[in-house]
Amino acid sequence: MTEKKLVCVSCPMGCELTVVLEGKKIVSVSGNRCPRGEEYARSEAVEPRRVLMTLVRVEGGRDRVVSVKTDRPIPLRLFPEAMARVRELSVRAPVTIGTVIEENFLSTGANLVTTRPAR
Amino acid sequence: MRIAVIGAGAVGSLIARELCRYEAEVVLFERAPDVGWGVTKANSGIVHAGFHDEPGTTRARFCAAGNALYPELATDLEIPFRRTGAYVLAFTTEELSVLEELREWGEVNGVPGLELHRREEILAREPRVNPEVRAGLWSPTVGITLPWEIAIAAVENALDNGLELHLGEPVVGIEVSGGRVRAVRTDKGRYPVEAVVNAAGLYADHIAQMAGLEGPALHPRRGEYVLLDETTGGLVNVVLFPAPTQVSKGILVLPTVDGGLLLGPNAHDLPPDAREATETTREGLEEVIEGAVHLVPDLPLHKTVKTFAGLRPESPQKDFVLGETRVAGFYQAAAMRSPGLTAAPAIARWLAHEIALAHGLEERTDFRPVRKRIPHPADLPEAEWEALIRKDPRWGRIVCFCNRVTEGEIVEAIRRGARTLDGVKFRTRAGFGRCQGGFCTDRILEILARELGAEPWEVTARGGASRIVLGEARP
Amino acid sequence: MRTYTVDVLVVGGGAAGMAAAAAAAREGARTVLLERGERLGGVLEQCIHPGFGLHRYREELTGPEFAHRMRQELDDSGAEVFTGATVLEILPDGPAVKVVSPKGLKKFRPRAVVWAVGARERPFGALRIPGTRPSGVFTAGLAQRLLDLEGLLPGRRAVILGSGDIGLIMARRLHLEGVEVRAVLEIQPFPGGLTRNVVQCLRDFGIPLLLSHTVAEVHGRERLEGITAVRVDEHRHPIPGTERRIEADTLILSVGLIPEVRLIEDTVPLDPVNRGPRVNGRLQTEVPWLFAAGNCVAVFDLVDTVAELGERAGASAARYARGDLPSGKPVPLVRGENVVSLVPSCLDGTAESARMYLRVPRPMEGVTVDVGGVVRRRVPVARPAEMIEIPLDGDALSELSQKERIVVEVKPK
Repeated sequence: MTEKKLVCVSCPMGCELTVVLEGKKIVSVSGNRCPRGEEYARSEAVEPRRVLMTLVRVEGGRDRVVSVKTDRPIPLRLFPEAMARVRELSVRAPVTIGTVIEENFLSTGANLVTTRPAR
Repeated sequence: MRIAVIGAGAVGSLIARELCRYEAEVVLFERAPDVGWGVTKANSGIVHAGFHDEPGTTRARFCAAGNALYPELATDLEIPFRRTGAYVLAFTTEELSVLEELREWGEVNGVPGLELHRREEILAREPRVNPEVRAGLWSPTVGITLPWEIAIAAVENALDNGLELHLGEPVVGIEVSGGRVRAVRTDKGRYPVEAVVNAAGLYADHIAQMAGLEGPALHPRRGEYVLLDETTGGLVNVVLFPAPTQVSKGILVLPTVDGGLLLGPNAHDLPPDAREATETTREGLEEVIEGAVHLVPDLPLHKTVKTFAGLRPESPQKDFVLGETRVAGFYQAAAMRSPGLTAAPAIARWLAHEIALAHGLEERTDFRPVRKRIPHPADLPEAEWEALIRKDPRWGRIVCFCNRVTEGEIVEAIRRGARTLDGVKFRTRAGFGRCQGGFCTDRILEILARELGAEPWEVTARGGASRIVLGEARP
Repeated sequence: MRTYTVDVLVVGGGAAGMAAAAAAAREGARTVLLERGERLGGVLEQCIHPGFGLHRYREELTGPEFAHRMRQELDDSGAEVFTGATVLEILPDGPAVKVVSPKGLKKFRPRAVVWAVGARERPFGALRIPGTRPSGVFTAGLAQRLLDLEGLLPGRRAVILGSGDIGLIMARRLHLEGVEVRAVLEIQPFPGGLTRNVVQCLRDFGIPLLLSHTVAEVHGRERLEGITAVRVDEHRHPIPGTERRIEADTLILSVGLIPEVRLIEDTVPLDPVNRGPRVNGRLQTEVPWLFAAGNCVAVFDLVDTVAELGERAGASAARYARGDLPSGKPVPLVRGENVVSLVPSCLDGTAESARMYLRVPRPMEGVTVDVGGVVRRRVPVARPAEMIEIPLDGDALSELSQKERIVVEVKPK
């Protein structure tokens, strides 16, 4: 049995949550003042996920880089691997916003997409 | 005949320029990557009247004379200079008697227009002055300028008149034989010369020693400053001095050319080997604020944009060391502590003339005394700005928004020798405004990289290791 | 110099400006938007992290994506846009606005102007931190632009001073780019930014947050070599003996934003706490033809709010330009206890609804915002990083408009 302490970020209250786990199974969640806190805790305690936003190299254009993001949150623990992969990628100018640079990024089911045009 | 001038600060640059009026080859050596980066870069920028200097000193001899040459210099070199006038303020009876002494000195030294004013007149003229003031010595000829522009402009003009300039080249040796100067050595080579002028600022003693001379004994004296932004300049219209002490002229409050207010300097003697110690200190900045607030109690300190410190070369005699030495052909323009900036034009003229006499140099008929500044279109009539933009659209692209500096000016600054961010800033005033480069540094960086054919991570703030960015995010 | 007559001139092409220009054009005003940069979007273009648009578009977008949506609204509206155009001067006589661009000088004669130029960052020099002045010291916005617009690395080992949102965001950005972020220092005993950012920018990556700390000294002659961090007491005075040297080649400052009022500060009265122009609920300044919106009025946190204010200002400006902006007797809003930023500075005395925004000076729980004794709103958790928004309309607004002055205060439990 392990206990994890988290701060809920669903609203400005910032309830301090305590999650008790048996391996990967959640036994209990306490400290939340609303159901969103419970929901947040259940996801965050087992596998924290975040949207990755970063840069990809642009070839053949005026801009050196274009800003990108994963179109849905991916596991936080994959971030070091994600950054290594991102550095290998590049895209040719010009690029429009919303272009998919890599599908199913790191097999997470999320796509890596541009968030800005690049010249 | 070849003459080497060592040190491209205000003093050395003006001397080099004056020497270019004569039939001689003039070579100017500067250890830093750009001109005016030593003592010249960080001081009050005041053109003093000459009453602070005890009659009989060398300072007294050249200060008022230098002040009188500033209007012509400012016109010829197109540098900013404004006679704001000054008050030396007295708050106690003791200080009142100091004012009397200063007035006497001033009269002996040939300082025009000195008057003693009473409290009411001072407050009528300068309502922000501490109402506890008792009296003030009014001096109409005190002025303000931008000290680095003197070096920049004088060197540009000298280059136009045949100067050979060596930047980033420290002098490491002076060859003397038969009691006479023969050559100057740097890390890049040996330069045979018939005369050497030592205007090496904080390092003038080292240079003198290279020539086998014992003096002057120099140590750095640090002055710290606090600068308030360009909305504050209207609070005080003249240079405000406290009564001076034995140590220094004191902590001042003065308007700057750019419309801000400068507070400082304090004065602390440092050990002789601390010649790069331009850092500020907590106690020092507090001291500066205390001294400034004593003169003007309600200074808007929340409008501080910058703090900095400068060093001046001080000697035990507290006076300039000028002229010929026992080494024939080796001349000093050393220990140039305050009022060095003010005295510089007069010293330059005198010393160049002395050298010309000693070596039988004729005056040239083709000397061009006028140097045109980089145009600042924001100050020009609209039609002139339109014409510049039509020639080159970069004159219509504002890069530094606070000071309305255009890309055209920055490109011109690079053409005239700027190789670093500071080089651009000091030639154009880009980055000197309220945002202190927050909005323009990246834009200037891109322009420098492009014009110098360098990668952005090779561009520095002021040479050496002072790179601005350290690499590419996605190489 | 060519002169152009327009109904509404909007200065600034960030969120507030784009919203204002679109709104003014939709109201039928002949509208021109001036942006001094090469692209529209303002700081949004460099804020590549998500967190924008939750209210306005019901989606969590990155800054550039939000800007893209606003640009589309602007395109649809028919407002004319000039980029690379810098305002030089506003001449109250007219009014007339002088502008320069690589195409030349222009003069505009607008009926109304919307000032939407955002804020500038407090520079390093303003902090009076002693020590050397090496390269490697950046305000957070400049570092963000260098990295996320230009693709350049500000440094390799960084210390961040200031835990406001922008400092926290840059901590994460730099860390992900392989920069060693040694610590974030915060002079207050509480973080300056949202809890969400403290978690997702610092805790996620093990970046230390040192509360009640500041930089006592900067070291390094040419490039930064390190800083001395020091703990401070409740009066923000350094505690002797707590100094600690942290080696770094980069110092990032996130120490405050200041509304940019250069060019209008001699024309309009400013609010001394907000440091931007005093405005009424219509976003009209005390100079009737000059409106203002966004971070140049007071520093806001949500771009959604800024866009909303921009729209209101643009619509008001358009109505003023055609002569049907109602006016009444202004009622000043005065700060009581525990209120720092406060917008607007007065109600315009008409029946048109307004929105009020305020900030508290420190975290407070279970407080009540009291507006003139007429509107009371309970706020369970109030934080300086989050502006509190209070609508004023209907009967409450009428009652408030009858008063001589309205005191706004935040009452603790």
